[in-house]
Amino acid sequence: MASDDVTKTAQGGCGASGGCGCNTPQKHATPLLDELENGPWPSFVTGLKRLRDTEGKSYAPMMNDLLGQLEHSYEERLGFWKGGTVSVVGYGGGVIPRFSEVADKFPASKEFHTLRIMPPAGYHYNTDLLRKLCDTWEKHGSGLIALHGQSGDIMFQGCTTDNVQKAFDEFNEMGFDMGGAGPAMRTSMSCVGHARCEKSCYDEVRAHRTLINEFIDEMHRPALPYKFKFKFSGCPNDCVNAIHRSDFALIGTWRDDMKVNQEEVKAYVASHGRKYTIDSVVAMCPTRALSLNDDDTLDVDNKSCVRCMHCMNVMTKALAPGDDRGASILIGGKRSLKVGDMMGIMMIPFIKLDTDEDFEKLVEFSRNLIEFFAENALEHERIGECIDRIGLPAFLEALGIDPDPNMINHPRTSSYVRTDDFTDEANKYFERKAKEAGLTVAAE
Amino acid sequence: MNTPAAPRRAVESGVPDPFPYMHPLMKKNYGNWAWHDRPRPGVLHHVAKSGDEIWTVRAGTPRQMDVFTIRKLCDIADRFAEGHVRFTTRSNIEYMVSAKDKVEPLIKALNAEGYPVGGTGNSVSMISHTQGWLHCDIPGTDASGVVKSLMDSLYEEFVKEEMPNRVRITTSCCQINCGGQGDISINVQYVKPPKINHDMVSKVCERPAVVARCPVAAIRPAMVNGKPSLEVDEQKCVCCGACYPPCPPMQINGTDSTRIAVWVGGKHSNARSKPAFHKLVVANLPNNAPRWPEVAEVVGKILHAYKNNAKDWERMGEWIERIGWPRFFELTGFAFTKHHLDTWTGARKSMNMSAHVHF
Repeated sequence: MASDDVTKTAQGGCGASGGCGCNTPQKHATPLLDELENGPWPSFVTGLKRLRDTEGKSYAPMMNDLLGQLEHSYEERLGFWKGGTVSVVGYGGGVIPRFSEVADKFPASKEFHTLRIMPPAGYHYNTDLLRKLCDTWEKHGSGLIALHGQSGDIMFQGCTTDNVQKAFDEFNEMGFDMGGAGPAMRTSMSCVGHARCEKSCYDEVRAHRTLINEFIDEMHRPALPYKFKFKFSGCPNDCVNAIHRSDFALIGTWRDDMKVNQEEVKAYVASHGRKYTIDSVVAMCPTRALSLNDDDTLDVDNKSCVRCMHCMNVMTKALAPGDDRGASILIGGKRSLKVGDMMGIMMIPFIKLDTDEDFEKLVEFSRNLIEFFAENALEHERIGECIDRIGLPAFLEALGIDPDPNMINHPRTSSYVRTDDFTDEANKYFERKAKEAGLTVAAE
Repeated sequence: MNTPAAPRRAVESGVPDPFPYMHPLMKKNYGNWAWHDRPRPGVLHHVAKSGDEIWTVRAGTPRQMDVFTIRKLCDIADRFAEGHVRFTTRSNIEYMVSAKDKVEPLIKALNAEGYPVGGTGNSVSMISHTQGWLHCDIPGTDASGVVKSLMDSLYEEFVKEEMPNRVRITTSCCQINCGGQGDISINVQYVKPPKINHDMVSKVCERPAVVARCPVAAIRPAMVNGKPSLEVDEQKCVCCGACYPPCPPMQINGTDSTRIAVWVGGKHSNARSKPAFHKLVVANLPNNAPRWPEVAEVVGKILHAYKNNAKDWERMGEWIERIGWPRFFELTGFAFTKHHLDTWTGARKSMNMSAHVHF
């Protein structure tokens, strides 16, 4: 059987004896992985083999054994990596250590660590940069790179313990820094946004770099109860999946009326038809805020619009976000472990992000939140779970956030709550509203 | 003998500035774009308020790339584009060019080297990708292999835009669900409680932390064969695998214990409906490396039903919301079982507490 052959090859080759005398190690047979070279989609197996087959490179034997171990996983349907502790001088995280549990069979890949390196915000590269990254990784690592990990990092996969520092130093000299791992602030992601998208409502690069670089110490020296992720999407299409995949989602939005180019609306109706426009744009508005006028222009009830983006996604030339742009902040998204997946909750419906002062406010809010998380979350508890445990009112009070009806789908339905200070709370609300109204009047 | 040099201190430079690498037209028109359209699948055309235009050609990659693949992609960028690229959240590469007549030669060059151009608009884009057997320490399957196999079968849907709306597929190699929410999610589902190596537990596991990690309080400290260890109440255990990362002697993986489940209707965007979680359709599919044909068959059935029945712009979950779950199971031919009834915290909110019925 195929699997017996592989074992024989692994033991009969250079594997079992450790440092053997042969110059060209025998290649592991990979009949299962070979099947992943078929089909039209570009194959990662072909890439792994290319590294294995490169003459005169130190990583070739490593990749041979890596392929051997991977084939072994395909046979046994088990993973064979365990973690450990590997880091670079001065940092407590960012390297994902991987030690093989089957190193006796595959000694050259017994250490196969990943370096998580933060990419330029928005994943912009030029070819010169990509080539330099490749050259460095060819020198110190396996030559295998993932662009990018789910965490948002460049994953330089496959490095010996001895080479981790050398590889990092060289990346660091090029202006690249280690990403996050463990109970720490993690590497972030931002959408293409301002660089190429008309729907972008704030400067994603600035927000991304401002916040992550401000709290970089929390990334490099893990000391939080658990991981903490920021993600930055320029509009509610949320192309980096921030609401679900981050503890802190900054989602672009706008407060004033959406922009409607009525001539382009008419052109859209003329080309797509009235029925299609009604069925696919007007009727799909989730809050019935749209209506097609008899002259094929669009009537928008901006007070009912929830900034879902559907009509703008369909009529890209006719409709656009308004001018009073900024962002919403949602807190508490995460994946399954351990209470189940959670989406972030709307905490700050709108902040402006234009001036230095606006960004200082964003940093201040984030600092308060991270401090609250550090002091109040239990070990291995994400901020969303922490909020669920203590209740949203206690969380809001601790952070000095006022309750806002945008935070909820509907008010509570359970009567089991103590309300003897309801009147005081209502008075605070009215005072707040009066103050807001007063400020608006004064500004005028 | 030289004394060892003082270790180099890291320059804590943080997130790199993207502007030195950004295409000049993107830099010039940063924050000032007016509209866009898609001249053909795989190509975006953006127009700035200044009147500048930029064309983007998007191509699929295997994500896990050897340096030679990356250099090949760079060669194409230098020869047929303008030396600037970016990557999408789903590991597609994007080439930006300033002239329309550069688009077709660029597409030809990519296709000639085996890179599919597509993944834009209402297509099936690249599958969001986790690590799996290649590098994860707790994987139930191999993400790269599942993704490669599925993208082979979905190739035509990547290079065309024939779906009612965009389709975002995710894979996860365990129930932690690193792949996230998707229109279709292909996730390992463990079906057996952990097998405990009692000789190792007290040596490598911090027992209280493991007890605390269990979401259903099924783990308790115990003396086994005179050694401090842990035991699992197998009646309570939901086979989630959460105890395995902090305590590898609680082996959750194994040939008889990793199966694949397929989920539908997850969504990240806020367009029309709010972001949504995916819901279970089929469980207990075999973890059938190296090509997972049973998974491809299920995904194919779901996509076929969606493509033929959804209205334009309905995402998978929105389509099912309209036609109802009874019709979804009828159209796809999958069984509806007691395992589709949620039993987790808040399960009641997923029940139909009304007289609304689909016949």
